[in-house]
Amino acid sequence: MTIHTLSVLVENKPGVLARVSGLFSRRGFNIDSLAVGETENPDVSRITIVVNAESSPLEQVTKQLNKLVNVLKIVELDPATSVARELLLVKVRADRNARGQVLETVNLFRARVVDVAADTLTVEATGTPDKLDALLRDLEPFGIKEMVQSGLVAIGRGSRAITAGPALRAA
Amino acid sequence: MTRPTPETLAHSARRARTAVEAPGDADHARAASSAAAAHPAPAQVSGAGSLVRSLEALGVDVVFGIPGGAILPAYDPLYDSSVRHILVRHEQGAGHAATGYAQATGRVGVCIATSGPGATNLVTPIADAYMDSVPLVAITGQVARPAIGTDAFQEADIQGITLPITKHNFLVQEASEIPRVLAEAFHLASTGRPGPVLVDIPKDVLQASTTFAWPPTLDLPGYRPTLHPHGKQIREAARLISSARRPVLYVGGGVLKAGATEGLRRLAELTGIPVVTTLMALGAFPDSHQQHLGMPGMHGTVAAVYGLQKADLIVALGARFDDRVTGKLDSFAPDATVVHADIDPAEIGKNRHADVPIVGDARHVIDELVTAVTTERAAGRTPDISDWWAQLNDLRERYPLGYEEPADGTLSPQYVIKRLGEIAGPDTIYVAGVGQHQMWASQFISYEKPQTWLNSGGLGTMGYAVPAAMGAKVGRPETVVWAIDGDGCFQMTNQELATCALEGIPVKIAVINNGNLGMVRQWQTLFYGERYSNTDLGTHKHRIPDFVKLAEALGCVGLRCETAEEVDRTIEMAMSINDAPVVIDFVVGKDAMVWPMVAAGTSNDEIMFARGVRPAFDEDDI
Repeated sequence: MTIHTLSVLVENKPGVLARVSGLFSRRGFNIDSLAVGETENPDVSRITIVVNAESSPLEQVTKQLNKLVNVLKIVELDPATSVARELLLVKVRADRNARGQVLETVNLFRARVVDVAADTLTVEATGTPDKLDALLRDLEPFGIKEMVQSGLVAIGRGSRAITAGPALRAA
Repeated sequence: MTRPTPETLAHSARRARTAVEAPGDADHARAASSAAAAHPAPAQVSGAGSLVRSLEALGVDVVFGIPGGAILPAYDPLYDSSVRHILVRHEQGAGHAATGYAQATGRVGVCIATSGPGATNLVTPIADAYMDSVPLVAITGQVARPAIGTDAFQEADIQGITLPITKHNFLVQEASEIPRVLAEAFHLASTGRPGPVLVDIPKDVLQASTTFAWPPTLDLPGYRPTLHPHGKQIREAARLISSARRPVLYVGGGVLKAGATEGLRRLAELTGIPVVTTLMALGAFPDSHQQHLGMPGMHGTVAAVYGLQKADLIVALGARFDDRVTGKLDSFAPDATVVHADIDPAEIGKNRHADVPIVGDARHVIDELVTAVTTERAAGRTPDISDWWAQLNDLRERYPLGYEEPADGTLSPQYVIKRLGEIAGPDTIYVAGVGQHQMWASQFISYEKPQTWLNSGGLGTMGYAVPAAMGAKVGRPETVVWAIDGDGCFQMTNQELATCALEGIPVKIAVINNGNLGMVRQWQTLFYGERYSNTDLGTHKHRIPDFVKLAEALGCVGLRCETAEEVDRTIEMAMSINDAPVVIDFVVGKDAMVWPMVAAGTSNDEIMFARGVRPAFDEDDI
């Protein structure tokens, strides 16, 4: 099994996400992470899907996705030639004694404190899933009260854009 | 027994101009060309008016449906429309009738239902149409927009429910969208790989005031079916055809949908390659043709099953390597190189790896293959496949399709079906339900022409036959339509015979009544130690229901036949009645089985010619 990152460009219409995610579950795929947002073209949304799958069943699911009328284009992003990031918000226990150490860890990972309470700090971090895992590992000993993570978003390196080209002409 | 009813009289003028269209010309251009027929200046109408005028502009001549609360606004303008509405007795009947209409004519079939239970009753026929790639448009009423999501009376999220069983579906949000959505629905349903499209319209959208203008502009940026195959792939396929020693053309329903049967015959005769036609493709290549090995699969002929199994080249045209054809997949055709042509790229390589994938419409694919193979032949590359033919002919001779007369003296169901095919002939449309009678109808009737065999192949929907036959007869009123149904199937949907009687749709129904859920019983005989759990319907023992009386109660002629001597006479009597639907109750033995058979989940190598009889193959030959 390999991790694959798919960028799926879809028409920005109600119900499209249900069509896409439903197709994955119907064909027996688990989605590891999913992120949706508008693109530079307000008629087009971009769904980034991370799945753990063999390449031949993945090809089948990609072909099925392509058949969805609202799907405009699908590109698999190669980790070597793309930039991938997740966003993490984490509420860490940090009383007077621990606060200094927590802040040191936060700085080491170039994360930011976005909220302060008497005994907790809320930290925001972005990065690759590996980096965020490492940050969490280092914050764990202080006590993590709550955390939330976004799906992965990814974009190809270089000047080429996947949103260019005839596939999207009418959108 | 006739009976022009008020309903038939009201529609007789319209029926006269119901023409049969050339098979399979469901083309891209359809929506546009029929749209061009009539477009009046933009007019102020209700959403419902816009819906009905869109249907008219799309060239729809008939819709099958039942009104109800949410769809009610649409029925008012329908009352004055040129579109004939056939009032069915159950929404499932409307869906299958639209499917039968579509399969018999190649045009889009249309059904209408109200919200909630009306819409959910369409789920089975929509799933059926999805599996068999039938161009179907289902129009459903929905509760008014402010009530959506509130568990309102007769509310069901039919868009959500049908998400996995439609090619696409729409929930119309504004009355102004109606013409565009309808045009898109018809375009999607009938082009590329055809399939069902559902259009859900809230009641307040139907009631809203809007402007109707035609033709609308389609907005489908993500929909671009590939029709023309890649030349390089075609040349590669032709090269393989020119060197194969044991080639087979594996023909599926896509060839019928593309209207490619004439091209198929040219390709087959040019190459001399043996042909097998799947359950969905019967009639795509004449059964009587010397090169036709029959149907492959679970109940296929020995020659067809072994032809595929031992092939060194399989050229699949509009077929999808369904489990009922391949048997156990990893032992299917182990030595074959596969050329797989289909209009749906997702079918290629789904079950079986394709060595030469070809994406395209079967008509274009076949025409281009004919050209490419002709070039190969001109260059002197003509393979010798005479040894292959000798082996296949030997198999055909030793293992023909046949059946044994029941030892208990009961009427043989195969005999009934065989005689029906011989008497009614190759111009008749045969519509089967699902089960033993369906398999016998596929085996013992000779299909010579496209669109003469309708059945539920993919979903295996019991109850398909009666309403589908009704739809086929509406689409092709000049053609004789025989439904061949089982007593189990018949009891699921026979209420549509009332529709047929009232609307003047004289279908003929042969009920192959063995008193049991026959195919299930056959499996119990073979795999469950003859423990017949819940397969006896009591139709024999208690004659409940009495199908003759039932037929009469539904406004049909009811006939019964219990002996071989009466078979011809009864069929002929039914053939002579053309002003009312006819039902024949053929009371047949319950122990007849469908052979040959490849048991589910086993390899095609394990095909059984009859119970306990495996074909003897000289492996060295093959």
